[in-house]
Amino acid sequence: MTLQEFFHMGGYAVYVWSSYAIALVVLVANVVAPILQRRKLFVQLARRQRRERRES
Amino acid sequence: MLRFFHQLGSPKHFYRIAGRWIPWLAAACAALMLIGLYQGMVVAPPDYQQGDSYRIMFIHVPSAWMSLFIYIVMAVAGAIGLIWHMKLAEVIAISSAPIGASFTFLALVTGSIWGKPMWGAWWVWDARLTSELILLFLYLGVMALYSAVEDKRTAARATAILAIVGVVNIPIIHYSVEWWNTLHQGPTVTKFGAPSIDLRMLIPLLVMAVAFKLFYAMVVLMRARVEVLQRERNAQWVRELVDIS
Repeated sequence: MTLQEFFHMGGYAVYVWSSYAIALVVLVANVVAPILQRRKLFVQLARRQRRERRES
Repeated sequence: MLRFFHQLGSPKHFYRIAGRWIPWLAAACAALMLIGLYQGMVVAPPDYQQGDSYRIMFIHVPSAWMSLFIYIVMAVAGAIGLIWHMKLAEVIAISSAPIGASFTFLALVTGSIWGKPMWGAWWVWDARLTSELILLFLYLGVMALYSAVEDKRTAARATAILAIVGVVNIPIIHYSVEWWNTLHQGPTVTKFGAPSIDLRMLIPLLVMAVAFKLFYAMVVLMRARVEVLQRERNAQWVRELVDIS
C-alpha cells in the first residue's frame, strides 16, 4: 500500500478523516479542559489567600 | 489493602494518589491507541461491502461503548454517594458527566458521518440513533442540574437521582437493534458464539476499546482532582498546596 492509497481510503477519505479529526478534537478537549480549570482555580485561590493575609 | 481504600476516601490522599496514576494511564492509553490505530488503519483489510469506510468503526464503536459504560459508572457512583454519603463517589459521578457527554457526541457524529455514504442519510429516526440521542440529553441534563443548584452536596444528590432514573435508557440502547427493525446494523462482536467479524478487524477494535477506557480513567481522575480542590478550598492542605504553587 502506498501512502497515497492510505490517505485516499478507497474513496472514503472525506468521511474517514473527518471522523478521526473530530475524535482528536474531542479527546484533546477532554484533556485540556481540566488542566485549564485547575490552573484557573489555583490563581483564584492564591489571590484569595493573599487578600486574607493582607487583611489579618 | 483496607488502608488503601480508607486513604482513598480522604480527599487529600485521593488528590495525591490520583496525581501519581495519571501519567501512567496517559502512557498506557497513548501506546494502545498507537497500536490500535496502526492495526486498524494499515494492517486490517478493507471490508468486502463497505470498503475503507468501515474504518470509522475503530472510533465510533469504542465511543458508543464508552457512552454506555460511563453512564453506568456515573449512576452507580451517584447511588453510592446517595446511600453511603461518600463524597468521593459524588465527585466521580459528577466528573464523569461531561466526559460521557463528549463520547456520546462523538458516537453520534462519527455514526452520522459513516451513515452518509452507507445509508445515504446523515440521520434517520431509528431506535438506536434516537435512544443514543436521548442519552446525550440525559448527560446534559445531569450537568445542567448540577450547575444550577448552589449547594454542591444537594446538587450531587439531585443529579444522582436523575442519573439513576436515566439508567432505563441503557438496556433500550443496547437491545434497540434486536427489539426494533433498525437501519443500524446488529451486533457483530457480542453475539453468542463466534463474533462475525474478521480477527484483523476485531483485534484493533478491542485494543481501541481498552485505550478509550484508559482515557476515561485518566480524564475522570483529572476532573475529579479539580472538583476535590474546589470542594476542599478551605482545608489546610489545599491552602498549603496553593502556597507552594
